[in-house]
Amino acid sequence: MNTSLNRHRNIIDFALSSLLRRKMKNFSLLALYTLIVFVIASLLFFVHALKREATLLLADAPDMVVQRLMAGRHDLIPVAYAEKIRSLPGVSTVTPRLWGYYYDPVFGANYTLTVPPKPTVEPGNILVGAEVSRNQRVSEGDMVAFRTAAHVPLLLTVKGIYPAASNLVAADLIIMSAEDFQAMFDLPKAHATDLAVTVANPRELATVATKIVEAFPDARPILKSEMLRTYDSIFDWRGGMMVVILSAAVLSFVIFAWDKATGLSAEERREIGILKSIGWETADVLYLKLWEGIVISLSAFLLGGLLAYGHVFFFSASLFEHALKGWAVLYPRFKLVPTVDSYHLAVLFFLTVLPYTTATIVPAWLAATADPDAAMRS
Amino acid sequence: MRKSDLFFLFTACNGVLFALMLLHGHHGQAAAHVERRERARLVRELMLTDLCLFTEARYTRHPAMADLHSAFQDHPFSLEHFPSGSLLSPPPLPAR
Repeated sequence: MNTSLNRHRNIIDFALSSLLRRKMKNFSLLALYTLIVFVIASLLFFVHALKREATLLLADAPDMVVQRLMAGRHDLIPVAYAEKIRSLPGVSTVTPRLWGYYYDPVFGANYTLTVPPKPTVEPGNILVGAEVSRNQRVSEGDMVAFRTAAHVPLLLTVKGIYPAASNLVAADLIIMSAEDFQAMFDLPKAHATDLAVTVANPRELATVATKIVEAFPDARPILKSEMLRTYDSIFDWRGGMMVVILSAAVLSFVIFAWDKATGLSAEERREIGILKSIGWETADVLYLKLWEGIVISLSAFLLGGLLAYGHVFFFSASLFEHALKGWAVLYPRFKLVPTVDSYHLAVLFFLTVLPYTTATIVPAWLAATADPDAAMRS
Repeated sequence: MRKSDLFFLFTACNGVLFALMLLHGHHGQAAAHVERRERARLVRELMLTDLCLFTEARYTRHPAMADLHSAFQDHPFSLEHFPSGSLLSPPPLPAR
């Protein structure tokens, strides 16, 4: 046991000396390898954390939202619809929701204006998200002027600011009273943006949705499961799109690694010949190349994984920020809750460590089985 | 110190950091419980349907509530599939 361990330690010593003899080549390979692992791992951590957050938070979303479609577009829904929907068997509550968008021409940002179902702010007051407060440069007690639908200024007092920890759901929110909302948008009487429906038995949701469409052909019910699938789909798409881009980078790395690993240099071939001629067995030479591959790929995997974790969970995935921000003026800054899926780590390990390590052995085996004299002369 | 020992030490340190990373992830879930509960309360009380991730356009701010027949909007979980989506550039920002 000790003999075998010592043998491997000696081989590792020799492998490290061999790698250090070609410092530039091997350090650049390690840097590139680490970078690719870092980018892929960052993407996996980021998408997984966002998906998890969406699933946990939207579990508290309304069971169903009923919109009204007019000329193929979302239109205001008469509150009278709520009464008939409420009378359907299985429906617990129907709450008209008042919400809309406000484009601030001064700061160029879009805000979401919402009226809470239970009054929480007095007319003339608002609660704002942390990013709205940052964007508008206002703090608690300050007055904010909005332009109403009639282009008349509406002055509102900031009564509270949601903490930055709520950014993931409330960064761009402005919570106001129904009266102020009416003053802002001049909605037709007895109309709401849409209806939030609660159903006692979740298994009846699809049946209730069908009944709603039968009663109101212009209604469009959106189930909670569909909201959750929206986020699954978006993150898959974004993750998928980035994986497509990254796959090109990975493929070029594979070609690079394959080229380096399969085409042994004359120096390496001569080295193998000398080792064989002084008594190294073929197995020893293969172990040597195996350890060289492991040193590079395992180090890159560990370093890349650690750097990716720091990037996503300590630095809020700042390298992805520009891609995600797009043309938005108001960008919600949020810190993701650290979560690592061991399945993703295992996939990353098998995709990055194994191919490179295997690729280093094949040419070494070909060279090690050749005649040492021929190898030294080549 | 032998080179192999240095390598083992380096790998062991990274391995420990990796294990700490997994532990930190596990601990982070527990520590974030209060903040997450607060976010969930907002979702419940304000009857929110979407996360605030992208505020560029209506259909990116509220993808689950988006109109039909535009990006993401054939149905709530559909994707942008019109070729024009990759050709049309966004309108210029209004002059401040």
